[in-house]
Amino acid sequence: MLTRVLPSFGSRRSWRVFERNFMVYRTQWLMLVSGFFEPLFYLLSIGIGLNRLVGTIDVGGRPISYAAFVAPGMLATSMMNGAVIDSIFNTFFRLRISHAYDAVLSTPLDVTDVALGEVWWALARAAVYSASFLVCMTLLGDTVSAWVILCWPAALVVSLAFSSLGLAATTYIRSWQDFDLVSLVQLPIFLFSATFFPISVYPRWLGALVAASPLYQAATLMRGLGLGQFSWVMIPRLAYLVALGAVGLTIAARRFRRILVP
Amino acid sequence: MSETILEAHGLVKRFGDFEAVRGIDVSIARGESFGFLGPNGAGKTSTMRMISAVSAPSSGSIRIFGLDPTTDGPAVRARLGVVPQEDNLELELSVRLNLEMFGRYFDLPRRVIRERTRELLAFAQLSERAEDRVDDLSGGMKRRLTIARALINQPELLILDEPTTGLDPQARHLLWDRLYRLKRDGVTLIVTTHYMDEAEQLCDRLVVMDHGRIVAEGAPRALIEQHSSREVVELRFAADSHEEYLDVLAPFAPRVEALPDRALLYVEDGDATLHDIHASGLTPASALVRRSSLEDVFLRLTGRTLVD
Repeated sequence: MLTRVLPSFGSRRSWRVFERNFMVYRTQWLMLVSGFFEPLFYLLSIGIGLNRLVGTIDVGGRPISYAAFVAPGMLATSMMNGAVIDSIFNTFFRLRISHAYDAVLSTPLDVTDVALGEVWWALARAAVYSASFLVCMTLLGDTVSAWVILCWPAALVVSLAFSSLGLAATTYIRSWQDFDLVSLVQLPIFLFSATFFPISVYPRWLGALVAASPLYQAATLMRGLGLGQFSWVMIPRLAYLVALGAVGLTIAARRFRRILVP
Repeated sequence: MSETILEAHGLVKRFGDFEAVRGIDVSIARGESFGFLGPNGAGKTSTMRMISAVSAPSSGSIRIFGLDPTTDGPAVRARLGVVPQEDNLELELSVRLNLEMFGRYFDLPRRVIRERTRELLAFAQLSERAEDRVDDLSGGMKRRLTIARALINQPELLILDEPTTGLDPQARHLLWDRLYRLKRDGVTLIVTTHYMDEAEQLCDRLVVMDHGRIVAEGAPRALIEQHSSREVVELRFAADSHEEYLDVLAPFAPRVEALPDRALLYVEDGDATLHDIHASGLTPASALVRRSSLEDVFLRLTGRTLVD
């Protein structure tokens, strides 16, 4: 199965799916705008609000403001939320409600084109939102190193991982009720992935569980890049996210095939 | 007959243990209007999905335009138009954008798309609604738009799965008229339906499917002549069941069928039979003499009416 799918994974035609999404989102400009303001709200609420209470913290022997500590993790979180909302809600609608994918598959496009096209779209969206996040972060004075620019490509990898996993998860959703399950997974990941505080606050056994969270890996990677504190551990973190993306995409394409062209 | 546009042999579609299509053979010529008839669950839609180069057959072979859709899917689909059973339009987009986006899937140049969109809007009588969101259209309009959308690539073969199900009579006649025009322009049509009148109106030739198999094949008129009598007498009695009248009616016709609401007598001369029935003292609540239809053929072949 894998060998049958992967060599011909998608074609140039997958860009048509990107084009289609762009066309639809042009009519939903409110959603685009909300995606732009979301990071700003995060930075303002956490950065200004909590910053007052917490003040500076010590990271790698250097005191930095809490806002600067938390901002890269917020970027990772924003990438997760954006990817989950977009791939889960919109893809579910096209897959199960409007059956828009069925129409696409009666044209020269193929299932792999559809899956890949959705990923292109997710990446483009992530590129725009993460750039706007980094600009806001800089304007609010929450950056401490010029290396923060590397958070931009890293954000795309994070988005790829979550979009692919989201796409795969979407194929198992049968009704709107199942979205509660998504929240049930997403919320603890959001709260316990050491985005607001270092993982060292957890007991050892819980720390191991948190380390498996893709958001923890993403937030830690972002923080290292944002603060300019490089470490070889970044390589396995990146590899973990890429691997999750590949697994998610493979599952998604297989499930799409099963649902759309049984 | 001319060039063969579609040919299928021993087509089978299995879903787990369930065999939806159990080995069918069809051959359709270019320019022909071909119908698949059958009740719900006969395997029509599964067959349509295979001949639309969307779902792969579990076994058997198909050639469309001389190509194998399992290996040349994109090339085959580029020359097909498909109208699915349920409209799957982009509800968030306008009528015009639905057509334009579809043209992009076929890699048509924007200039060609603009031109064809204008023509198709007129064809579907939707020019005035071009900028409206699809969500706001009536059922008949959505159906016409779905058909127009399937024509954006000027297909040689148009496949329509129950094109008029759920439409009011006026909308159906408008659709039929559009399909005649396409046929006149040389487009090959494949239609599934469970409406008898639709099949008689649209199809040059048809197959009747039941339980995943083809049970009869031919032109509508020929099928009627082959499988039914010239006329049918329909009798309604003031009774809960018409089964109990089978024995009483048997002497009047070579074949008698009892439906829940009426009894059918298959005869050559309906008026004469009706006269005999009245003369014998039987008093049906209502009586009707009509010509045989495809409905009767179906009843004969499968033992039930089509729209169950």
